[in-house]
Amino acid sequence: MNMKQVERWSPWLLLVAVIALWQIICSAFNVSEFIFPSPVRIWDQFMEYRSLIAGHAWRTFWVTMVGFGIAIVVGVLLGFVIGSSRVAYAAIYPLMTAFNALPKAAFVPILVVWFGIGAGPAILTAFLISFFPIMVNIATGLATLEPELEDVLRVLGAKRWDVLVKVGLPRSMPYFYGSLKVAITLAFVGTTVSEMTAANEGIGYLLISAGSAMQMGLAFAGLLVVGAMAMAMYELFSVIENHTTAWAHRGSQNH
Amino acid sequence: MSDAATPWFVDFSDVWLAYNEELLQKNQFAVEAIDLKVRKGEFIAIVGPSGCGKSTFMKLATGLKMPSMGKIHIDGKPVTGPLKISGMAFQASSLLPWRTTVDNVLLPLEIVEPYRSNFKQKRKEYEERARKLLQKVGLAGYEDKFPWQLSGGMQQRASICRALIHEPKMLLLDEPFGALDAFTREELWCILRDLWTEQQFNVILVTHDLRESVFLADTVYVMTKSPGRFEVRREIDLPRPRDLEVTYTPEFTDIVHDLRGHIGALRKAGATINQ
Repeated sequence: MNMKQVERWSPWLLLVAVIALWQIICSAFNVSEFIFPSPVRIWDQFMEYRSLIAGHAWRTFWVTMVGFGIAIVVGVLLGFVIGSSRVAYAAIYPLMTAFNALPKAAFVPILVVWFGIGAGPAILTAFLISFFPIMVNIATGLATLEPELEDVLRVLGAKRWDVLVKVGLPRSMPYFYGSLKVAITLAFVGTTVSEMTAANEGIGYLLISAGSAMQMGLAFAGLLVVGAMAMAMYELFSVIENHTTAWAHRGSQNH
Repeated sequence: MSDAATPWFVDFSDVWLAYNEELLQKNQFAVEAIDLKVRKGEFIAIVGPSGCGKSTFMKLATGLKMPSMGKIHIDGKPVTGPLKISGMAFQASSLLPWRTTVDNVLLPLEIVEPYRSNFKQKRKEYEERARKLLQKVGLAGYEDKFPWQLSGGMQQRASICRALIHEPKMLLLDEPFGALDAFTREELWCILRDLWTEQQFNVILVTHDLRESVFLADTVYVMTKSPGRFEVRREIDLPRPRDLEVTYTPEFTDIVHDLRGHIGALRKAGATINQ
């Protein structure tokens, strides 16, 4: 196996190693399945409850995607406004930073009062937690324009809008796709956290009910599914990123 | 063209610029008392130390900045805003990495009138023009490559093509060859010389390189640092067309030496004030 193959398979090798170590520790020390289930036990429970898990997983997935979709729209619009106007930047950025520092889980009880138990609070939590990186990255891409290039265009009579559309937006695309990868994982966090207290469906709800029924294997299986979904979406955006903004990823290793 | 009755193409009369009101109050000017008369089609070079206000001068000449005092006329008209008859290129080529070389060259046509309004219909024709221009500067075969696939010298050629695609009457170059190696730089001097000879636009070249200024320009101005003033004006009467060989003649060396002397003297004067 050469270095390239090792690199490619390394995450899987590490995963297998961790699972093996986990299983060995559980078996060797005879850890109770009610405290810390072994991988074999988790797998058993996963297979046993697979249709139940699939239902909750689907719910978590679409709720997250709706929240994430709203986050993209709002994040891009806000990022565009902030990045294209100095005044807007000065006015909005500090407030947004303060807002981002608030724990989004703290919003869930408020959202429940407004929207009741169900998909509403979960969608909004996913949105609230994930729009910030998108906004910041779009704004950064737009605001970091080379002054020489701006002169070249301004002397031709380019309006602010021309500069934004011809230069600013394409330039912020790599930042945008990069932010999507971060935002999608955050969105899953938001949905799951919200479902734990404010839903009767979804992986978050499953975690809480499995925990209170001492079904630790099932709870771990639920966590596993969220992790797998987030990773799959991350990889998807990674692929999209590489295909749409290849110019930004010209590494010295590609030559 | 040198007819006395013809108004100057570029005419700065006693131009002063302070960057803001506060600096104006304190009488701190970025450039002072600039008087400059340039004939149509003349190639002028401005040499001077970094931070002496050369870039400020460029902004004045393109109408991106208005003078605090004094008047600027270009092409017979007072300058009131960005001058679309000018093209600019800088030390950094600042090509857009997501556009191919030919699309980068076309960018100005997507922005400046009259090309802007019919860009979609006439795209083929304009693209042909951009390709011709790129071939002229020796970039044949690289038109559809991305800028980051080109060497620094090639990027700079493309950048100059971008500055010229809308056939400006005035080309402003701010240390365009500053980041290139000596051989590439001389090659690009010749390319610029040929483009200028053929199209007869005005050139304002800002540079650190005295040999470059003497080889290319009709007139060389030496600028001083704080205050940013034009201290020396020197006409270069070397016969045209000039070949690279001319840079090894004693006449050429004498002029360079003489200009170097001026800069040396100015630096010394500055030093005594500082001490």
